[in-house]
Amino acid sequence: MTPTYRKRLWVNRMNLAMSLATMAFGMAFLLWILWVLFANGFAALSPTLFTQTTPPPGSAGGLANAIYGSVIIVLVATFISTPVGILAGIYLAEYGKDGWVAQLTRFINDILLSAPSIVIGLFVYTVYVMQVGHFSGWAGSAALALIAMPVVVRTTENMLRLVPASLREAAVALGAPMWKVILKVTLKAVRGGVVTGILLAVARISGETAPLLFTALNNQFWSANMNAPMANLPVVIFQFAMSPFEDWKTLAWGAALLITLTVLVINIVARTAFRQTAAR
Amino acid sequence: MAAEITAHLPPEPDSPARPKGAAPWQDWLFERTTMAFALVVLFALVGILAALAWASVPAFQKFGLGFFVTNVWNPVTMDFGALAPIYGTLATAAIALLIGVPVSFGIAIFLTEMCPVVLKRPLGTAVELLAAIPSIIYGMWGLFVFAPVFGDYVQPVLTRIFGDLWLLGPLFRGAPNGIGVLSAGIILSIMVIPFIASVMRDVFEVVPPVLKESAYGLGATTWEVVWNIVLPYTRVGVIGGVMLGLGRALGETMAVTFVIGNAYKISASLFEPGNSIASALANEFNEAAEPVHRASLIALGLVLFLLTFVVLSCSRLLLAQLAKGEGRTT
Repeated sequence: MTPTYRKRLWVNRMNLAMSLATMAFGMAFLLWILWVLFANGFAALSPTLFTQTTPPPGSAGGLANAIYGSVIIVLVATFISTPVGILAGIYLAEYGKDGWVAQLTRFINDILLSAPSIVIGLFVYTVYVMQVGHFSGWAGSAALALIAMPVVVRTTENMLRLVPASLREAAVALGAPMWKVILKVTLKAVRGGVVTGILLAVARISGETAPLLFTALNNQFWSANMNAPMANLPVVIFQFAMSPFEDWKTLAWGAALLITLTVLVINIVARTAFRQTAAR
Repeated sequence: MAAEITAHLPPEPDSPARPKGAAPWQDWLFERTTMAFALVVLFALVGILAALAWASVPAFQKFGLGFFVTNVWNPVTMDFGALAPIYGTLATAAIALLIGVPVSFGIAIFLTEMCPVVLKRPLGTAVELLAAIPSIIYGMWGLFVFAPVFGDYVQPVLTRIFGDLWLLGPLFRGAPNGIGVLSAGIILSIMVIPFIASVMRDVFEVVPPVLKESAYGLGATTWEVVWNIVLPYTRVGVIGGVMLGLGRALGETMAVTFVIGNAYKISASLFEPGNSIASALANEFNEAAEPVHRASLIALGLVLFLLTFVVLSCSRLLLAQLAKGEGRTT
C-alpha cells in the first residue's frame, strides 16, 4: 500500500461517513419533530375536540368550527383548481406541446409551483378582500386554489406525456374526434396519476397558513357562511400557539397533530395506492 | 422510382391526424377551452405582479426608491423602509443554504451511491415526508422545543468557540435566548433540505452508468467518482436545485415567524431578533389600518415576489439546460 493509496482510501471513508452522518442528521430531525408532535398532540386529543368550538382563553373547548372550516375551504379550493389544472395540463401536453405559448406557460407554472404562498394571499387580498371590504371563506378558497392549480397542471401534463402515441392513433383511426380521444382515452389511461396529483395538491394546501391569514382570517364561532370570516385549523394553530394561554397551546398541538396526520396520510396514500396506475 | 411512389402517399402526420369533418367545431371549441385555461396560469402571474405593484403605489409615492434602503419601520410616525426585513430575509436564507446545501449533498450521495437497494425507496420517501410536514409545524416545534434547547446548550458553546474570533466573533455574541436570525436560518435549512436533496438525487441518477463504471474500472474510489465524475456532469442541475431551495427559503413564512423574534433591526449578532419580509407580513398585515402602512407591507410582498421570481427563473433555466444536455425533454 503506497501512502497515496492509503490517503485516497482514507479520504473516501471519511467522506462516505460524512454522507451517512448527513442522512442520519436529516432523519433525526424528522423523528424529533414527529415525536414532539405526537407526544404533545395525542395528549391534547379528546372527543370534545370534535364537538365544541374554539373557546375564549381560560375555558374548555374544541376545534369543531376550525375543522369544519378547513375542510370546506380546502374542498372548494380543490373543486376550483382541479378542472382548471387538468384542462391547462391537457393543453400543454396535447395541443401546445413545444409552441411558445405552451413553453412560456410551463415556465410560469413552474415558478408558481414554488412561489411564496404568503404573496398569493396578499394578491387575493388586494384583488378580492380589499374590493369587497371583508375577509371571507371564499377568498381563502381562492388563495388555496391558486396554490393547488400549478401542482395539478404539472402532474396532469407529465402523466399525459406518458401515454404512448399508438393509443391516440388507435382511437383516431376508429373515427373519434380529438376531444373525445383526449377525454375518453388518454386522460382515462392516466387517471390514477392525475388523481395522485390532485391528492398531493390537497395535501399541500391543507397545511398552508400564510395565505389564509389575509383571506379567510379566523372566526371564534361556528360559521358555515363562506362569505364571512371562517375558522380554519392553520390560523387557529398560529393564533393559539403564539398566545400565552396554556389551554390554547394544548388545543394548538391537537390541531397540529390533526393537520399533520391528514397531510402525511394523503401523501402516503397518493404515493403508494396510485403508483401502479401512474406507472402504466 | 422511390420518389414517384412517395409522391402519391399523403404527407406523414407528425401527430394523429385530426379527422376533418368528424366534429370540427367541437374540436375547435375544446382546443380553445383548454388553451384558455392554460392562459389562466399565465395571467395569474401577470395578475399577481400587477396587483401588488398597483397596491403598493402609495408607499412608493411617499417614500420613493429610498424605501428599499431605509432602515426604519415606525407605524406611529408612519415612516417605513424595507432594509431591515430585506436583510432578515437574505440573512436567514443564506444561513439556510450554508447548512442545507452540504447536508443535502451528503443525503443525495447516500441515496444514490451508498444506500442498499431495499432502503432506497423508504428513505427517499422519508426525506420527501420532511417536505410534506406543514411549515407551521416547524414553527411550533421551533418555538417550543428547538429554541429552548438551542439557547441553553448550543448558543453558549458557539459563543465560546467563535465569540473571540476576529471578524466572525460579533456574529456569535449576544444573549443566548434561542430566538433570532440564526435559529430561523437553522430551521429554514431543515425545511429546504428535502427540496435540494431530492433534486440532487434526481440529477445524480441521470449520470450514465458507463461513465461511473469507467472511473471505477480505473480504480477510483466512490468519493472520487462522485467528486470527479458525477458532480461535474450534473453541476448545472445541482445549482438549479440549490436555487430552488433558495427560492423556498426566501418565501417561507410560518416557520420563520415563530422564531425570528420580529424586531425591525439589523444587528451584527446572529443571536439577536430580526424580521424577514414574510414574517413581517404575517405578523403585521392584519393590524395595519393606515393605507400607507398597508401599502408599505404590500410593497414588501412585491419585493419578495420579484426576488423569488428571479431566483426560481434561474433555477428552472439551469435545470432545463441540464435536461437538454441529456437529450431529454422536461
